[in-house]
Amino acid sequence: MNLKELYQEIILDHGKNPRNLRRTENFNKDAKGHNPLCGDKVHIYLKLNENKKIEDISFEGQGCAISMASASIMTDLVKGKEEHEVKEIVSDFLDMIKEKDELSNNILHKDDKTKLMCLSGVKQYPMRVKCATLSWHTLTSAINNSQEEINNESN
Amino acid sequence: MNISEIKKEFPIFSNKVQNNDLVYLDSANSAQKPKAVIDRVYDFYTKEFSNVGRSVHYLAVAATNLYENTRSSVQKYINAKDKNEIVFTKGATEAINLVANTFGQKHLNEGDEVLITELEHHSNYVPWHFLRKSKKIKVEFAEVNNDGEVTLESIEKKITNKTKIIAITHLSNVTGAILPVKEIVSLAHSKGIPVLVDGCQGAPHLKLDMQDLDCDFYAISGHKMYGPTGIGILYAKKKWLEDLPPYQGGGGMIGEVKKNGISYGELPNKYEAGTMATAQVIAFNESIKFLERIGIENIEKHEKELLNYAIEVLRKNNSINIIGNPAKKGGVISFTVEGIHPHDIATILDEDGVAIRAGHHCCQILHEKLGLSASARASFGVYNTKDDIDLLNESLNKCKKIFNLK
Repeated sequence: MNLKELYQEIILDHGKNPRNLRRTENFNKDAKGHNPLCGDKVHIYLKLNENKKIEDISFEGQGCAISMASASIMTDLVKGKEEHEVKEIVSDFLDMIKEKDELSNNILHKDDKTKLMCLSGVKQYPMRVKCATLSWHTLTSAINNSQEEINNESN
Repeated sequence: MNISEIKKEFPIFSNKVQNNDLVYLDSANSAQKPKAVIDRVYDFYTKEFSNVGRSVHYLAVAATNLYENTRSSVQKYINAKDKNEIVFTKGATEAINLVANTFGQKHLNEGDEVLITELEHHSNYVPWHFLRKSKKIKVEFAEVNNDGEVTLESIEKKITNKTKIIAITHLSNVTGAILPVKEIVSLAHSKGIPVLVDGCQGAPHLKLDMQDLDCDFYAISGHKMYGPTGIGILYAKKKWLEDLPPYQGGGGMIGEVKKNGISYGELPNKYEAGTMATAQVIAFNESIKFLERIGIENIEKHEKELLNYAIEVLRKNNSINIIGNPAKKGGVISFTVEGIHPHDIATILDEDGVAIRAGHHCCQILHEKLGLSASARASFGVYNTKDDIDLLNESLNKCKKIFNLK
């Protein structure tokens, strides 16, 4: 157990001052996520252009430092990426949080990967993994535009 | 009352939790178990195990007697009029579901109202919610006031000529408010309305007297009373147990079974279908003995002292906001810390061995009313000391430090 690893400066910063915490104007895809265990909620808004590139991404919601930081960092990193790239980043992140030691995608820059790896401290806290993954599952749902609300219990 | 001696009866405190002494402040969730309870489960399985109420061999008869002894102990402990008013269930949740289901089946019709409160735990809301669909009933909520309590007046305000049953908590698991149950029962009865009391938090902390309280149903959770998990009690007035239909069908609850008809067993067998949590029921007798030996009045007094101390300490700590300020309050403190989410608090406290609960505590209606998505909660048991509260406070200061708060 290592609290310092979990609550790194970057997590505290993003948790306290989340980036992209707003609603995208003219969004064309969105999804809601909810963690029934703790009541955390997130709503992700996407604006994809005709080339399926993310022009803008934002979120609204409330939650702990981990979940807010995770959503904040995620939205920062996927902005400007193409849909298929985003899907790859999401699945890479979820694999890393679940089992892998490192991120393996070739889309993100090294610095961005380092930023994302700051969330890996959560692996030592199984009850908190859901806090980190909620926004990512919700992003997938927004991209697939499935109307069903993400219920993190089943993930 | 010597708390350090009492604490020694709980083996969990002699072990380290992640290299820390355990500061257990989550008894409203589930209480720790004294050695006598744990040993009783082991001994029963080791030396005395048999199913109850069926076979006639020696072990079966002895086990049946032990099982029924717990029923008698519970009857005495809660001062029920009749032993057969004690029904064992798998928990308080099942006890409430039993009443909602059977009372709903027989006595609720389209447009009828069930009155609950905004303080209720999900287990005293969801079972009634089911009846909205199956019986087209309405569920009404008596309002909680700014102090986090539900008053007799707020109950009275919501009673209509459609109100068919009132279901209320005895002691809120969030604000700690103790409801004026006796007055509510008396008011309800004057209008011919039965009352169910969710006693999950009441039973481990308050003196119970069913005949004095006069409620129709009282649901008890065994594991919150220093007992094993998997057992709960439904106290119900005999007239209701005789009036209502059976809940679950199966072995043990029948009178005679024929292809063209079935009659049901006598009380309390009618409501105890299938093999029950036998070892747990038998071990629960040790929990009752434990509570009787310490004395519930002494426990109440001790927890009140802890509560007052905790309120004093936490109020001095800037940025801690205690939820509710009920005039009558049990050993539960829910709070928020400005700038730190309750889950982050719980994780950081855990690192120091301080176990609290964070979340909505199965009370989303109340949290929504309070405009909160979650809160942190410290709740007390007989084994807690003022040192535990000091450690809680120190650990909360650590949270603030990690989050760079003053």
